[in-house]
Amino acid sequence: MRQVGVSTPDQFEAYELELSRRAPVPKTDYPNKAGIEPPGRRPAAEELLLLERLRNGDEAAFTLLVERYHASLIRLAQAHVSDRSVAEEVVQETWMGVLEGLDRFEGRSSLKTWIFRIVTNKAKTRGVRESRHVCFSSTGALDEEAEEPTVDPSRFRTSGHWADYWASYPQPWDEGTPEKIVLTKEGSAYLEQAIQALPSNLRQVLILRDVEGLSSKEVCAMLQLSEANQRVLLHRARSRVRRALEQYLEEGIRPA
Amino acid sequence: MTREDIKTYVLDYLAGRMTCKEFVEIITDYLDGSLSLLNRIRFHLHLGLCLGCRVYLRQMKHTIETLGRLPDEPVPPAVREQLLQRFRTWKNT
Repeated sequence: MRQVGVSTPDQFEAYELELSRRAPVPKTDYPNKAGIEPPGRRPAAEELLLLERLRNGDEAAFTLLVERYHASLIRLAQAHVSDRSVAEEVVQETWMGVLEGLDRFEGRSSLKTWIFRIVTNKAKTRGVRESRHVCFSSTGALDEEAEEPTVDPSRFRTSGHWADYWASYPQPWDEGTPEKIVLTKEGSAYLEQAIQALPSNLRQVLILRDVEGLSSKEVCAMLQLSEANQRVLLHRARSRVRRALEQYLEEGIRPA
Repeated sequence: MTREDIKTYVLDYLAGRMTCKEFVEIITDYLDGSLSLLNRIRFHLHLGLCLGCRVYLRQMKHTIETLGRLPDEPVPPAVREQLLQRFRTWKNT
């Protein structure tokens, strides 16, 4: 691994200078799909129109809905059930559920949140039947996991006054990193793999929060989690993905 | 106390007595706005003084941004057609 130990003031200054040359990070903490559709502030007019067209049996509207959410639903279902083909069945059932519920949908949540709730419930039921579903209420497992550090302890100094401070600083990434990753086939395949490699419970939270941009409240309600537990899972998941991206960017690890 | 000792002490005090190891664990709490006022102050003090954690926080933000831009695989035409058929059936009931 390429590491830069920054110990002398000179090195420190050079490093700081290098950092300052790069463009500043945009000020948004949550640049995600929610950037286009902020959770809870979805453009209601667009949605009402879509809903009306769906209820009137507009095929173009339904196709739009499928194009918009089908891949997300598959990804989400796969976080609950192991098999890709089972996930596809779950999503088929979900679309049927959407059609059945369409007339009763009151718009108390966004259409997206509602559809995701349907897939989560269906996938959960299916996962329980497959008996591999991670039950969040069995908090024992969660607490145990929470104890584990999210960053490799060898990255920190082990002794002296500065114990538990960085042994060597992490490498700054270029400002264009997110684009660089998602705009290449290899990069997005790698990211998709990194998500797939997460344990089921971490994956569910990460997909809903960071990939789909749902709010913490919505996710907690959907997965029956406390806010604190949800944050623990989200943090662990993000940290693992960060590590995977670091390996991709700095160590040249490529998708299998 | 040597000058070096004083410098270390002051830096340590200003950093809110937060280690990098603690900092990296509370980033999501910080981003979600769920840190207590005191911890938020400690977080910012540490951030201001620690280049490594500034880099790490930026990496985490990049990670979140990357996840939010994950492209969706296209819907296979066969699946779309099948779903459309179901929609037509639903429409006519």
